[in-house]
Amino acid sequence: MAGPINWFSQVASVTKFGLLSIAQRRGSVAAAVIGIAGVVAVLVGVLSMGVGFQRALQCSGAPDAAIVLRSGAESEMVSGLLRASTRLVADAPGVARTDEGPLASAELYVLINLPKRSTGTDANVPMRGVEHAALRVRDKLQIQGGRMFEWGRNEVIIGVGAASEFSGLDLGSNLRVGQRECPIVGVFSAGGGTAESEIWTDASVLQSAYKRGDTFQSVHVKLSSPEAFQEFKDALTTDPRLNVKVLRQTEYYAQQSTAVTRLIRTLGYLIAFLMAIGAVFGALNTMYSSVSARTREIATLRALGFGSGAVVISVMIESLTLALIGGAAGAVVAYLTFNGLHTSTMNWNSFSQVTFAFAVTPELLAQGVLWSVFIGLIGGLFPALRGARLPIAAALREL
Amino acid sequence: MKFLHLIWSNLKRKKLRTVLTLLSIVVAFILFGLLCAIRQALSGGVSMAGQNRLVTRHKISIIQSLPESYKLRMERIPGVALATHESWFGGVYQDSKNFFPQMPVVPEEYLAMYPEYLLAPEQKEAWLTTRTGAIVGRKTAERFQWKIGDRIPLQSSIWPKADGSHLWELDIVGIYDGRDKGTDTSLLFFHYDYFDEARVWNKGQVGWYMVQVNDPSQAAEIAKLVDQEFENSAAETKTEPEGAFLQAWAKQIGDITLITATILSAVFFTILLVSGNTMSQAVRERTGELGALKAMGFTSAQVLGLVLAESCLLALLGGGLGIGLAWLLIARGDPTGGMLPLFFFPKGDVLIGVALSAALGVLAGIFPALQAMRLRVADALRRM
Repeated sequence: MAGPINWFSQVASVTKFGLLSIAQRRGSVAAAVIGIAGVVAVLVGVLSMGVGFQRALQCSGAPDAAIVLRSGAESEMVSGLLRASTRLVADAPGVARTDEGPLASAELYVLINLPKRSTGTDANVPMRGVEHAALRVRDKLQIQGGRMFEWGRNEVIIGVGAASEFSGLDLGSNLRVGQRECPIVGVFSAGGGTAESEIWTDASVLQSAYKRGDTFQSVHVKLSSPEAFQEFKDALTTDPRLNVKVLRQTEYYAQQSTAVTRLIRTLGYLIAFLMAIGAVFGALNTMYSSVSARTREIATLRALGFGSGAVVISVMIESLTLALIGGAAGAVVAYLTFNGLHTSTMNWNSFSQVTFAFAVTPELLAQGVLWSVFIGLIGGLFPALRGARLPIAAALREL
Repeated sequence: MKFLHLIWSNLKRKKLRTVLTLLSIVVAFILFGLLCAIRQALSGGVSMAGQNRLVTRHKISIIQSLPESYKLRMERIPGVALATHESWFGGVYQDSKNFFPQMPVVPEEYLAMYPEYLLAPEQKEAWLTTRTGAIVGRKTAERFQWKIGDRIPLQSSIWPKADGSHLWELDIVGIYDGRDKGTDTSLLFFHYDYFDEARVWNKGQVGWYMVQVNDPSQAAEIAKLVDQEFENSAAETKTEPEGAFLQAWAKQIGDITLITATILSAVFFTILLVSGNTMSQAVRERTGELGALKAMGFTSAQVLGLVLAESCLLALLGGGLGIGLAWLLIARGDPTGGMLPLFFFPKGDVLIGVALSAALGVLAGIFPALQAMRLRVADALRRM
């Protein structure tokens, strides 16, 4: 009487018993499902913060763009370049050119204290002084409201992220830069990149407001092609008049994100791992009580000739079903709560604020559901084995 | 107490279930401990801030420097006991991954400002007399296995020396300990005089000031006086109590308290559900026995107490074990490898944990206990 069809029908009927009895055990079932949902929601939520932060920094770089810093500088904040050096950089081979000249923007990068809208406490908001080519170097940049600042005038434009996170940054109001009041004349987006956390103005305005003389901190350049990078880098690093470090923009921003991403990841996985262990205990409890509530039924079926394999599989199916429901619920909760949530944190490389949006990606959701499957597998396996090993005679005697 | 045996036997009735519930409570409290330590580490020792210390920085932002001459003007303000400055050096030891803060300071003044840094008298003497001398905290010294007498090369990306080199060599002449557990011993301090003379630019400028006041209750007024003193000058200041300054700095990372509270409530809600469910299951199975107890003359209040005691015992056992394990885990140190210097389990949070586990026991047990209390003997016995 053995045969695959027969075996499947055995599995189906035992599974049906289990699933139908869920209503009677709703307390413990709900506890297990919610426990698993909690694990998945926290895991996905915490990791989506890391992914969002990383994405903001990744979006900031283009493969055909490069950044030049003083050698040894880990970020723009601590770099410094004289005008003579920035001219040499702009004239180097490999830099894209237009009729107006090379696409190179020598920039200043400073911090300005503004309170966060959410907490009211001071934050280090980055402010960037740029040259004419800046908009051509970063082609994702778009003015969304108002207009571009006029060169040479005390005007600023603000990134959309900065506008929503820090108080005092409203189109039309004034921002105090050094000793001057600068009207905010425009709001810009930058394809989700870190520039959206920044305040921009003319480099010469910032130089005089911050008494920086004729110095800059970095040069951002557009290359004639992504392949031109090596030529550009070699030309600058072998030039005896220069003491600089040349990085692809993508490489630079990846470096900037490592510290924070590592911190979020380590802590996120640690918390989720512990929660998962807790959820496994919850699932085990539920499935053991599921098996023990059906001791008689299982024993009866076994006496009728059902195989122990069918019992194992059916308990596993029940456990996996509950785990998947929990996992899916947790993933949905995480998506609805976190995806696109705007926040800001400190980039530990420059102590400046980066605004970003939590990113709940399909990979993260899949990872969350995978965790729930593992929890379901472990939580179901031992109770399933116990069910399969039930001594039939003893169990029937309990009737 | 005489019923302890009865409660214990009830817990042993379904050993597996009890153990699983216990373990999930244990895990919840390990998480509780870890999250407390994380919050503690990320809020950067706000609780350790000196009540009598103010931080004065440039009004625009902390990266703007202030003149060294402000010290004397600050100390002339009534109520100010001492003012000393710190600056950010930003040096790299071997690799940029080996991050730890270094600051040029004025040694005597700095040690007077921070009595929580404990330095042996002979090491202090050595520091005062060695121009290139530096003192480093126990944590960083152990991290890089530095000993007194070692010469440490630091690459500074911010501060070139007059000869154009970015390499600064410092002699470790002392290793300080923290007076309290929360004292950050990851910092390195060296002579400002040496630093200022050797650097090329920004001479005579410092990062920010620490101001000690005589009377902490006047801190707010004195902060205002300090800022008034420098109003309309080229470098205006912003002064606030050290605690507020550190708190704002911590909030730049994010609202950590909010995040940890959210995760913890999710965890506890789940555990409450699991253990509450276990308790009510246990009571339901024992309906007959409870009826028998009542028939023997146990009062309703005693039955309520029995069930409640059972869940509280389970919760306290689990809580105690969890907190203990968390303590051991946290004592092994920072899981991120150097990013969180103040990673420890604060004592106050241990007490909160114990209180939480008692609350968990009561909450999980109260409904089944009430159910048991209201049980009528006749009904219960009929179900046997």
